[in-house]
Amino acid sequence: MKMKMIQKIAPFAAVAALALGVAFSSAPANAEGGENPGLKHVDYSFDGPFGTYDRSQLRRGYKVYKEVCSTCHSMNLVHFRDLDEKGGPEFSEAEVKALAAGYQVQDGPNDQGDMFQRPGKPSDPFPAPYPNEEAARAALGGALPPDMSLLVKAREGGASYIYSILTGYEAAPAGAEPVPAGLHYNAAFPGNHIAMPQPLNDGQVDFDDGTPNNLDQEAKDVSAFLAWVSEPKLEERHRLGFQIMIYLLVLSGLLYTVVRKVWSDQH
Amino acid sequence: MSGHSTYKPTNGFTKWIDSRLPIIRLAHDTAVSYPTPRNLNYWWTFGGILTLCLGIQIITGIVLAMHYIPQTDLAFNSVEHIMRDVNYGWLLRYTHSNGASMFFIAVYVHMFRGLYYGSYKAPREILWILGVLIYLLMMATAFFGYVLPWGQMSFWGATVITNLFSAIPLVGKSVSTWLWGGYAIGDPTLNRFFSLHYLFPFLIAGVVILHIWALHVTGQNNPTGVEPKGDKDTVPFTPFATAKDAFGMSLFLILFAYFVFFNPLGLGDVANSEIANPLKTPAHIVPEWYLLPFYAILRAVPDKLGGVLLMFSAIAVLFVLPWLDTSKVRSARFRPLYKQFFWLHLIVCIGLGWCGAQTPDMVITHVGSIDFTVTYLARILSSYYFIHFIILFPLLGLIEKPKPLPESISASVLGAAKA
Repeated sequence: MKMKMIQKIAPFAAVAALALGVAFSSAPANAEGGENPGLKHVDYSFDGPFGTYDRSQLRRGYKVYKEVCSTCHSMNLVHFRDLDEKGGPEFSEAEVKALAAGYQVQDGPNDQGDMFQRPGKPSDPFPAPYPNEEAARAALGGALPPDMSLLVKAREGGASYIYSILTGYEAAPAGAEPVPAGLHYNAAFPGNHIAMPQPLNDGQVDFDDGTPNNLDQEAKDVSAFLAWVSEPKLEERHRLGFQIMIYLLVLSGLLYTVVRKVWSDQH
Repeated sequence: MSGHSTYKPTNGFTKWIDSRLPIIRLAHDTAVSYPTPRNLNYWWTFGGILTLCLGIQIITGIVLAMHYIPQTDLAFNSVEHIMRDVNYGWLLRYTHSNGASMFFIAVYVHMFRGLYYGSYKAPREILWILGVLIYLLMMATAFFGYVLPWGQMSFWGATVITNLFSAIPLVGKSVSTWLWGGYAIGDPTLNRFFSLHYLFPFLIAGVVILHIWALHVTGQNNPTGVEPKGDKDTVPFTPFATAKDAFGMSLFLILFAYFVFFNPLGLGDVANSEIANPLKTPAHIVPEWYLLPFYAILRAVPDKLGGVLLMFSAIAVLFVLPWLDTSKVRSARFRPLYKQFFWLHLIVCIGLGWCGAQTPDMVITHVGSIDFTVTYLARILSSYYFIHFIILFPLLGLIEKPKPLPESISASVLGAAKA
């Protein structure tokens, strides 16, 4: 009977295999020549079906973003209020208020018709470092730093790719194409020539929780932070997904007994 | 909907209804007393699964449309607003985006099941044609929908597809301009794609009703391909098929939930997490996985118009399938030759999908001094795709010696039980 059961639901096994095949074969399809050879895979706490973010890591990563990345990179889709949401760095409301107030944002017009500056509020989005694309390019030798709100989702390799870029600065190997002026050699960047100079170094950001601040740790923390920025509902998704899976498995079991019962006198 | 009705209204109220609008009778005849062959296997549950998929897409889509803005400056951010700020917006959006893939997985299973068991053959030609029409509408709907989030691949996919029409001689350019509502893809294009994306699912629902109507006139095919010969060969739809369908749906939902909750981007392209930029062409433009085989056929032809024609022919040929097949026997179970070619064809279709995902000039292997590229493979596979339907379908029916058919469904079921 067990064998027969397995035969019966073979269609679903075949379908699942096909779908998973598509999911896992489509990834390298868009990078010519397959996987990025400079990509270093990092084990993150949010990997896998039960993954959650590491609060302290997100807070350290936020500090790296604030002190280093935000000089050039915007994060337009993220609001200060997101920082105290569940499933994120979970700063306290007071901390977020204070942190937002540390920024000056433009508001207005007031009743005189003038725009004015005021301290940031939790409901404000993160202010961008440059007013527009042209200003960014003019200040940075023609290069445009991408917005970081969705960067992890927009790059093959995700957070590991960000980590690999940050730790991928090295001397160009012998025989490699000469690096054009104004660009830098990076093992993980497609084409290996990146406009961004090495942004992070050992000891650059002091972590409040005493975690050693070498480049490796800084890169891991900020890439984890950016993963949360891209996918702020990941924990809620994993939690609900687990409950729904249990529900569906129980439901399938019950429905199977219904099928057995209904068909019992038919063969 | 066909045959005599067994519905008997039991009380005054249902009698009153039945003599005015016999809608309870219709539901009863369609979903309860409708006789289904007793030997249907689980490949037959995908019809119900497809209805479920359509329902899920429509419901999640309507709610998403309440928050989405079809304007090129705002579309991308409105989708991100759904993902970040709308209650359970991430769930709606991931269900809808993965729902499209699930819908296509189910429709491909449903179609290949039809091909294997000869479900397109007389008297089910119209049933099959309506199905192909639904499939065509699904592809159009999916295409419109993929443009809406206004990511890089949305924009460039739309550019590639709408440009195909410019290959039409003489009026091609005008047709493209007419589709765009301007001289390039922009606000008018996005607005009309949104409008059509909202309309088409209801067209699909309409054709689905016709599809089910036709199904209930001819009755379902079954794994033997032998028509039911009486009550011994059938069971009432409820509870027998209903129970199986519900179990099938539940298993299918497990796969669905895996993608929504644990791998929501696994079937998509990372480039679509980047906002559309008309000045920056992605390194590699690819459609979603379910359109890849057709994309491979398109690119296999060196001439643009030829490619477009061949791609549309790949779907058009499905409409005339019932008349290309000369075999008297439906089910591949009793067609030893066709059975082998069926599997070959399935592999060819998957192979075409693989080709569609690769860069065309990628070298697979070297044959002597020739670089055997993806394009060459796609040409071979595309040729087989058409040979399969246009040459093998008529030919196999003539030269193949089918295995003896069982006398009836009940005879085959009893025979299987003994073995």
